[in-house]
Amino acid sequence: MFKAKVVIKRKKSILDPQGKAAEHGAVLLGYKNISNVRIDKQVEFLVHVDEQDAAQKEVTEFCTKLLSNPNMENFEINLEKIDEA
Amino acid sequence: MKLKFGVVIFPGSNCDHDTYHVLKHILNQETVYLWHKDVDLQGCDAIVLPGGFSYGDYIRTGAVAKLSPIMNSVIDFADRGGIVMGICNGFQILTESGLLPGALIKNQNLKFVCKDVYIKAVNRDSLWSKSLEKDTLLTPIAHGEGNYFTDAETLAELEKNDQVIFKYASSKGEISDVYNPNGSVSNIAGIMNKSGNVFGMMPHPERSSDEALRKLDGVQIFNSLISNFIK
Repeated sequence: MFKAKVVIKRKKSILDPQGKAAEHGAVLLGYKNISNVRIDKQVEFLVHVDEQDAAQKEVTEFCTKLLSNPNMENFEINLEKIDEA
Repeated sequence: MKLKFGVVIFPGSNCDHDTYHVLKHILNQETVYLWHKDVDLQGCDAIVLPGGFSYGDYIRTGAVAKLSPIMNSVIDFADRGGIVMGICNGFQILTESGLLPGALIKNQNLKFVCKDVYIKAVNRDSLWSKSLEKDTLLTPIAHGEGNYFTDAETLAELEKNDQVIFKYASSKGEISDVYNPNGSVSNIAGIMNKSGNVFGMMPHPERSSDEALRKLDGVQIFNSLISNFIK
């Protein structure tokens, strides 16, 4: 079994208004060293297969078909092998 | 001509009754509701995906609705040239399901915007704009994710193929950033697919179609579709 952590990021070319708002908040708080704030999504779930390749394939499909929109987002998949509880 | 319209109800649709009312009682068209779990389009001539917050806008607006059983039928219908119109959340569902290019992302100012805005028909040859009485219409918008985005290449393609139907504008039809309520690229408010049978727009024409509301510009869009539809 694998534990999947998927990070979904807006493409760099797309303005992230939430990130901008947070960046502005940093200025209001007096922080002068913070820039390029991007607010991404992280999704975690279990994948009940033994083979890493099979897990990778299924998670990639899940990300492509539902968790992300290829028009505006990219995703990164992190798989961690864990023991069946 | 009398058409048969199907208005799809997703869990969280909330403009389904308004749309049904306008089509059935104001425009006197045969109109039925289509449930998201159904697959039968009941022989409709045109399908409308109404506004609302299908599936609570979870994951992304329209992302879960596109997986509803009815959407397989709608996609199949559209692929065969059937007329499909998406309003607001319906537009978002159409982009998510790949029937229209691009995506609708969070408004640039992060706010839910609810007000009347002017849109200008920049293509007067589409089913939805051919018979408008004027170029510039006053229509209500109400959305948090209406910021139309697409990459430069797709945008160029949209413009080249005259797929952009409506742009946010002034009351006189002047198109500029000042009149862009949500940050959409190139002020885009409504587009159609390349073959011209699938159309989506963020403004709500059904909310400006009833005399009781003293706003009537939106009804011209439905009228244009009805009068230019070829059975």
